[in-house]
Amino acid sequence: MIALLRRIAALVRKELLAIVTDGATRIVLVMPAIMQTLIFGYAATFDLNRVPYAVLDASRSHASAELLARIDSAGLFQRVANLDAVPQIAPWVEQGKVLLVLHIPQRLEAGLAAGETVPLQLILDARNSTTAGTAAAYLGTIVEAFNAEQRKRAGLGPASPLRIETRAWFNPQLQTRWNFVPALIAALSMLQTLMLTALSVAREREQGTFDQLLVTPLSPAEIMVGKALPPVLVGLLQATLVLLVGLWWFQIPMVGTLSTMYVGLVSFMLAGVGLGLAISALSATMQQAMFSAFVLLMPMMLLSGLATPVANMPPWLQLATYVNPLRFGIDYVRRVYLEGLGLATLWPDLVPMLLMAAVTLPLAAWLFRNRLV
Amino acid sequence: MNTLRRVLALVRKEMRQLVRDRSNLALGILLPGLLTLLFGYGLSMDVQQAPVAVVLQDMSPSARDASSGLALSRYLAPRWVESMRAAEALMRDGEVMAIVNIPGDFSARLAAGDAVVQLLLHGTDPATARAVQSYVAGAFAQVAARHADAAAQPAAIGAVQLVPRLWFNSANTSTWYLVPGLVVIIITLVGAFLTSLVVAREWERGTLEALFVTPARPAEILFAKLVPYFCIGMLGFLMCLTAARGLFGVPLQGSLALLVAVSVLYLLVALGIGLLISSITRNQFVASQVALLTSFLPAMMLSGFLFDLRNVPALVRFIGQLLPATHYMSAVKTLFLAGNVPALVLPEAALLMLYALFFFVAALAVTRKRLH
Repeated sequence: MIALLRRIAALVRKELLAIVTDGATRIVLVMPAIMQTLIFGYAATFDLNRVPYAVLDASRSHASAELLARIDSAGLFQRVANLDAVPQIAPWVEQGKVLLVLHIPQRLEAGLAAGETVPLQLILDARNSTTAGTAAAYLGTIVEAFNAEQRKRAGLGPASPLRIETRAWFNPQLQTRWNFVPALIAALSMLQTLMLTALSVAREREQGTFDQLLVTPLSPAEIMVGKALPPVLVGLLQATLVLLVGLWWFQIPMVGTLSTMYVGLVSFMLAGVGLGLAISALSATMQQAMFSAFVLLMPMMLLSGLATPVANMPPWLQLATYVNPLRFGIDYVRRVYLEGLGLATLWPDLVPMLLMAAVTLPLAAWLFRNRLV
Repeated sequence: MNTLRRVLALVRKEMRQLVRDRSNLALGILLPGLLTLLFGYGLSMDVQQAPVAVVLQDMSPSARDASSGLALSRYLAPRWVESMRAAEALMRDGEVMAIVNIPGDFSARLAAGDAVVQLLLHGTDPATARAVQSYVAGAFAQVAARHADAAAQPAAIGAVQLVPRLWFNSANTSTWYLVPGLVVIIITLVGAFLTSLVVAREWERGTLEALFVTPARPAEILFAKLVPYFCIGMLGFLMCLTAARGLFGVPLQGSLALLVAVSVLYLLVALGIGLLISSITRNQFVASQVALLTSFLPAMMLSGFLFDLRNVPALVRFIGQLLPATHYMSAVKTLFLAGNVPALVLPEAALLMLYALFFFVAALAVTRKRLH
């Protein structure tokens, strides 16, 4: 037993040294995780913060001035142009200089005085339909407030007999970053550990040292453990770095416990590393291994719910996400981090990851000796 | 004349080499095809049939009527539950995205013109939460309007009403802006990632040095190396274009010739980046990671592909503006959805040309220096 542990420990040390002694590899494994979390943490947002807009105010009245003052003082909309004629609208929108143009009709004030509902034309640049939709919804609330003010002046109650009181659980401000940064804990570490693992056996095969390893007293299972442990450690280190950036830099409060978090992360890393080792064992060259890893990683990232929710996918594609460890990893990490759930609720995410590890790791060990090519 | 012959011979060699290695072809052709399908079908910002728990504590007709309005929305899938406690359990398990709570005094307060409905959102996915919020608000606005009509307002009060018109995306679907963006991702993948990897391997193995001792000049050798990847990149681009038009029905408002021209420019930029990375790193693993981190991931995250650059902090926007992918992205989306807008597309094209020139000169300089 002790001899077994000593053998494995020696192999683990050798593997770790191979990773750590190369300066370029060392940097590539630590710096990007931190940089990316910072940049993507800021970049990943569907929350508007600046909407340049133009106005074609044909009314030029008190009412239009009041409405525009409301829009300008909301802090989100920046008026960059006052237009005089309809043909001026197209160039501003086409060139992307404004996200929207508000066309106020001439008879705004007269219409309001006559008790009519006056249509305000809103032209939106929907090249990004998500941004356009959010901006329109926000402008809608400003217009609602304007209408309510009109009613109040006329001595009437609120326009709608019904109010909706909204509260959000787990993410009170509904910030995209709160959703994205926890997902990066799983996604970023997966990206590099899979690549690293995929290369580990393929590199030795290409250089011919793997045969030497096979003739040592180590059994294939022991080689597998020795090969799997170092990338798991590297992955956990990266995940920890991202977690710390989320906690300390972005100040996103973690509700769940660290122990639950790491139980999930270790299972997730085992599944990812098992996949990487299986790829590595199947590949003849490093390049093949890297390409296979990459071809696998891309769909895994896409179908993980990282950027767009799995629930928005068509049913057949949702089914395909069930073989993706990243889908479960991201879901698990998010729910521990934001919702504070324990294993009692999270086992449906945990079991698939463990199953994947239980299939891929022995498969890799078997492939070490019995590769067909 | 000699130059031409040498280059032709080199190109022929590179082409053979590329076709022989099946993993190259897999990455160059299979992956773009797969990605187009997955992106096109899989990436969507549009919420459909979001499960919502409805707690109806008021059994009066007007409350029932109000809650049944939720079922009419095609974006919501309401589930009626007995109690708030049951609803909260469902939400905690992630079974529903929101809870709509209609309190016991709803109908009484509605008659008085002051009803309140409670909406609890599952905030883990804020984009979905926001969408659900607006759909629930829309459903109740109709209830309110019906009620107001029935109550017959005493005096009409003027109001303004927004009439939104979506230019460039009449279908109001995220697919229309994601699929054109996919062209950028695919070209970056083939141009920067594949090229940097393959050329780095040649440095690693010393086969590139072997070429440099031939009479062929470094510029000729590098040029010949790029020709096959240029072809694969264009193939990926054409596949993407076909899928966008044929499968996903994305309109092409601008001219095809202009789109191809801009894409060729960006492909050259990507190839230049790939070449530069491989010449600097000369190690497959490091080259792949650098290519991933400096070209591919930024193209996904910072180019305006998924996240609108208008919304990010100034520093991140500045970084985004430095990326060639951002400028190509803006040109591609405009050409697909808005049409030929020379005032926007031409400056972006000029910028891409400058980038291409810069990366090629830099790659050549680094290669020459490495040889000495």
